[in-house]
Amino acid sequence: MKYFAKKIITLIMTLFVVSVAAFVAFQIIPGDVVTSILGTEATPEREVQLRAQLGLDRPPIERYVNWITDVLKGDLGVSYRYSKNMNEMMPVAELIGDKLPVTLWLAAVSLGIIIVVSIPLGVLWARSRSRVADALFSVCTQVTMAVPSFFLGILVTYLFGIILKLFAPGGYVSYKEDFAGFLGYLLFPAISIALPKVAMTARFLRNSMLTEMKSDYVRTAYSKGCTDRRVMYAHVLRNALMPVVTFLGMIIAEIVAGSIVVEQVFGLPGVGRLLISSISTRDFPVVEILILYITFVVIFVYFLVDILYRVIDPRISNR
Amino acid sequence: MKKHFVKKWNRYFIIGFIMTAVAILIAVAGVFWTPYSTTAMSASEKFAAPSLAHPFGTDNFGRDILSRVMKGVGTTVLISSLVVLISGGIGILAGALTGYFGGILDEVIMRFTDAVNGFPSILLALVVISILGTGRQNVIISLAIVFVPSFVRIVRSEFIRLRDADYISRARLMGVGRVRILFVHILPNIFSTFWVSVMIGFNNAILAESGMSYLGIGVQPPDATLGKMLSDAQGYLMTAPWYALAPGLAIVWIVLGFSLLSEGIRRMQA
Repeated sequence: MKYFAKKIITLIMTLFVVSVAAFVAFQIIPGDVVTSILGTEATPEREVQLRAQLGLDRPPIERYVNWITDVLKGDLGVSYRYSKNMNEMMPVAELIGDKLPVTLWLAAVSLGIIIVVSIPLGVLWARSRSRVADALFSVCTQVTMAVPSFFLGILVTYLFGIILKLFAPGGYVSYKEDFAGFLGYLLFPAISIALPKVAMTARFLRNSMLTEMKSDYVRTAYSKGCTDRRVMYAHVLRNALMPVVTFLGMIIAEIVAGSIVVEQVFGLPGVGRLLISSISTRDFPVVEILILYITFVVIFVYFLVDILYRVIDPRISNR
Repeated sequence: MKKHFVKKWNRYFIIGFIMTAVAILIAVAGVFWTPYSTTAMSASEKFAAPSLAHPFGTDNFGRDILSRVMKGVGTTVLISSLVVLISGGIGILAGALTGYFGGILDEVIMRFTDAVNGFPSILLALVVISILGTGRQNVIISLAIVFVPSFVRIVRSEFIRLRDADYISRARLMGVGRVRILFVHILPNIFSTFWVSVMIGFNNAILAESGMSYLGIGVQPPDATLGKMLSDAQGYLMTAPWYALAPGLAIVWIVLGFSLLSEGIRRMQA
């Protein structure tokens, strides 16, 4: 229990540091936000008015405290670029709200593919004594790891979209209209994210299994008459999966990062695409919130992996 | 002695070396000579399929893709090398000082690198670029910032491993100065480990740079970059699939060659 309390405190501290860093970083940028929002319509009175409305006339520390308390209350602020209508600015929460499910589903489907494909593949690879299969697997992993996600995305688009016509490139279906169609469309971006990770995970599992096979308990299991199959699945795989769980946790952070690029390739209206467009239009309230959000997801996943690890292997908490 | 060394050469090293050498040759050649001008447009040769005149075809403005890929490889390799040079240099300095002396500075720097390391690198680069603005120079700065922590960690752990080694204590007893111990006695001994991480860093820099220019927030036109070419090519996938193939394969070629080379070197050391 004491351990978890300590972990949660670290989690909150990290988020605090990131929030300060994100806030400070966007304060030191040259250029005045107010004049850039108003553009040619700027008059001294309107500038003063907008500055007060956005709270920009306050000292930085007060602004940070206001911002972070608002965020904790669920008010994420307003976007500088998007507006609902002439007089009302778009709340960041609304902007992010309907993009979030797209990114989360994309990550979930990718992770699903990685787990479903890489574990049997890793086992198969570890079990095969054939040197040809070994060499083939090695070449495949080396090559897939060298392909950048956006090029892989383009290749997937070309192969499955244009040649095989399994999906319509750019023909994104909203999850609100047709959920099955939405998942069907997500499958291909998810493959582009998952493929290099499948190679990495399978390789990792294989190495982990080969190490475990040399352990004493494997010899014991054989000597008490376990079948090959039983030794593999009931003993070796179980132990070999432990480090893979940690590895998958680290991969989730990379999936989130990978989705930023892949969303762009497949035209998915997700959080990553919003981040890129907000960065290029210098829409800082949105960027700040997205950074905070992605950091939270990454840290929280690490935290979950840590807990999961202790649940699977009680030996760790006794150490 | 020499024969022994040659014997340890392996297939990874040889293939990787050849691939990397070809990539570097193309990059260097592209600085001085390209078959066509990279900016010369030609309406009549728009979307010409690969042929003897244009081995990789032409793009939507009738520009020769081979010439542009040659320039693009140069840009990408140059940026990635500078990134690794800068962040590796800072990493050696910071890692040496924190690893050898320890103390509060060490604690602070380690907590900082811990925080950065957990963070997806492309995201961090995006944040820095959004503050600095786009452009060749800012891409180098932002990626260098992103890559420093990983180098600091590796150099630091090597310095910690070696700082209490017998030969170092003896050098200290003989009255060798601190700077000399750090950079003459310890540094040469960490190079084999450091080299591998430099090569991994170089590959990551290539992927990150081309990713950023793909997203349109990296090096800006008219500079030819592989990432930007790919994002342009994507719009013409139906009409001119070869447009995407050349820049994409160029990236794969560089990264694969370099990772084979580093794997080969790692195996030679083992």
